[in-house]
Amino acid sequence: MKTISHIMPALALALPAAACAADDAELRALREEMARIRASFEQRIDMLERKLAQAEAQAGSAGTPDAPPQASTAVPNPSATSNAFNPDVSLILSASYGATRRDPDTYRITGFHLPAANLDEARPARGFSLAESELSFSANVDHLFYGQLNLSIHPDDSVATEEAFVHTSALAHGLTLKAGRYFSGLGYLNEQHAHTWDFADMPLAYQVFLGGQFNNDGLQLRWLAPTETYLELGAELGRGANYPGSGSKGNGAGAGVLYAHLGGDVGMSSSWRAGLSYLSTRPQNRNWGDTDRSSQAVTNRFSGRSRLWIVDAVWKWAPNGNATRTNFKLQGEYLRRTEKGDVSYDVDGASLGPATDLYSALQTGWYLQGVYQFAPYWRLGLRTERLHNGAVDYAANNAALLRPDYSPARNSFMIDYNPSEFSRVRLQLAQDKSRQGLSNNTLILQYQMSLGAHGAHKF
Amino acid sequence: MLIKIMRSVLAVVAAGFALPACAALNVFACEPEWAALAQEIGGDKLSVYSAINAFQDPHHVQAKPSLLAQARKADLAICTGAQLEIGWLPILQQQTGNPKIQSGQAGFFEAAQFVRKLDVPASTDRSQGDVHPGGNPHIQTDPRNIGLVAAALAQRLAQIDAPNAGYYQASYARFAERWHAAIAGWEKQAQPLRGMKIVGHHKAFSYLENWLDLQLVATLEPRPGIEPTSKHLAEVLELLQRRPAAAIVRAPYNDARGSEWLAERAQIPALVLPFTVGGSERAKDLFGLFDDTVQRLLAVLK
Repeated sequence: MKTISHIMPALALALPAAACAADDAELRALREEMARIRASFEQRIDMLERKLAQAEAQAGSAGTPDAPPQASTAVPNPSATSNAFNPDVSLILSASYGATRRDPDTYRITGFHLPAANLDEARPARGFSLAESELSFSANVDHLFYGQLNLSIHPDDSVATEEAFVHTSALAHGLTLKAGRYFSGLGYLNEQHAHTWDFADMPLAYQVFLGGQFNNDGLQLRWLAPTETYLELGAELGRGANYPGSGSKGNGAGAGVLYAHLGGDVGMSSSWRAGLSYLSTRPQNRNWGDTDRSSQAVTNRFSGRSRLWIVDAVWKWAPNGNATRTNFKLQGEYLRRTEKGDVSYDVDGASLGPATDLYSALQTGWYLQGVYQFAPYWRLGLRTERLHNGAVDYAANNAALLRPDYSPARNSFMIDYNPSEFSRVRLQLAQDKSRQGLSNNTLILQYQMSLGAHGAHKF
Repeated sequence: MLIKIMRSVLAVVAAGFALPACAALNVFACEPEWAALAQEIGGDKLSVYSAINAFQDPHHVQAKPSLLAQARKADLAICTGAQLEIGWLPILQQQTGNPKIQSGQAGFFEAAQFVRKLDVPASTDRSQGDVHPGGNPHIQTDPRNIGLVAAALAQRLAQIDAPNAGYYQASYARFAERWHAAIAGWEKQAQPLRGMKIVGHHKAFSYLENWLDLQLVATLEPRPGIEPTSKHLAEVLELLQRRPAAAIVRAPYNDARGSEWLAERAQIPALVLPFTVGGSERAKDLFGLFDDTVQRLLAVLK
């Protein structure tokens, strides 16, 4: 008896529909009812099919020019060829022309320690250049999994695996588990692919705190709450090989991410999403190039703990929810990073020689941007952004390293023309004060074209 | 003691999951016409949510947070299919952790599968615009298609919600009877419309044209999904001087400027047809949708 009382609720849990049927007698009655319905149903369908055949025959003989489109069951269009199971393929082609007032080689973001490779990505380009070409394959793996691969082909002929992941499609209760390499779900912009950005480049705050976009090799679990208001929680554990991390050498994870997104509608015309995210990494021997107090170029090294918080919000407006003609999008994010650990100054002995001591830093950054589609195909955008050196302390190395009291800033304007859903041409102008004392004016003219499978874009 | 606590916790959890199963089935309709149809057949057994209204372009919908929250709890998603929702539905399927509404599952119903499609392109190339390889997806403009979809939907509802199968079949039978009578009525009323020439904004009414034997002379969009250009409008105007048409029709979500510009110069009325439920004052339900569509077209002839 006791066992039954245990099993009953468990059964109810496993088979929610069965919870409606109270006992055996009712179940039996239901089954009989079902059988009766099925029989009468089949009869009715037979009758309908006969009628249909008659009607079709009549229509045929009468020679009506427009025979009604009739079909009593599904009308599949099977593709008999062997490529029927090929994944969806899509290709993004992009190139740009850039002009800058200052020599791009002197580009720095004053006060922010970016490894050379990440700094190169943030560096403005001059003249004609090919941008990243993106190649993406995606399909359902089977009834349980979905898989996707995004390759990024760089103009120097190197290929990077931007994303290569599988995720579940059959976990119930709003859960999705993703594994592989993926753009982390933190913040708002981080998950968006370059061809969906509203500006040609990433905000400075993303460049200095996330190295552009943070992708992670690992696991991601998302849960969408069963509520009217959108609430999504996510957690990720991964290698954290990319900046701000430098990868875990042990068996454990090198990066952990937590985030929550909340969203909804305001009336017919507005919808919004806001989020809070946290990223924790343990960079080991993360190098950056700097200029010390004796004006020598030195290489320094950081090992320790890096914690980043992001607050993001986006609001979209379209009259009556119809974005085809005009729409407006306002988005902003605030990033706050603390780093604690050890800094080794001048590890190559180029100046005063190696010296290691404690390091702690609090740095912040934000951007705010608005994009307005004022006519079909045409959009204008404005973006303003700042970075702040809150408190940076090198302990004993304060004697050797500079701690500039400078807040990098940039203002950008863009206008783009989108002749169809698949093509875009954009002009972007910016006044860039990333580097102390050297204001730079930049111009970017670019195109982005998408071929192949029709993409579906996130909010 | 521990067992007792465990038991009560289990019972509470079970109740939490079991109760909604006894309550109405959650239906997520991609377009208003399918929400209206689900309501006709499912009545109070269903709780129906429509992703968009008649003033939104079903091709271009944002996979916004409110839609994700609704798709998450759906027991059944009813969409047009034929790639109409390709720009947004995949996100709702992938990001909501809801196995019921995945393609191929009983909880994912694609209406266009149950009708014969028109305008199936011989070749698919984007230089021809945003073409749908499976054919024109705006199947709801022919009430006979609605009838076919209704039969399939009633079956599907009976399959998903077996305890109420009898209810769905009975209410489908009642609906089908009324619907077929209504179609006969509309066809009778629409006799004078046979052969009427129209200009469309988008190829949104191919099925209506086929049903009532209307003739589409031109579209304002130079290519499907590409908004009218002044050059193309001038070409249509020139064409209309050689082959006059009775009216320019558009859906409520289409930009009015193109058809008004042309209407003024070609001296023919620009007509907004409701296109779906909620598209006009009178199109309150599926019956109202076609009552109003036929009346608006007839008014042109008067």
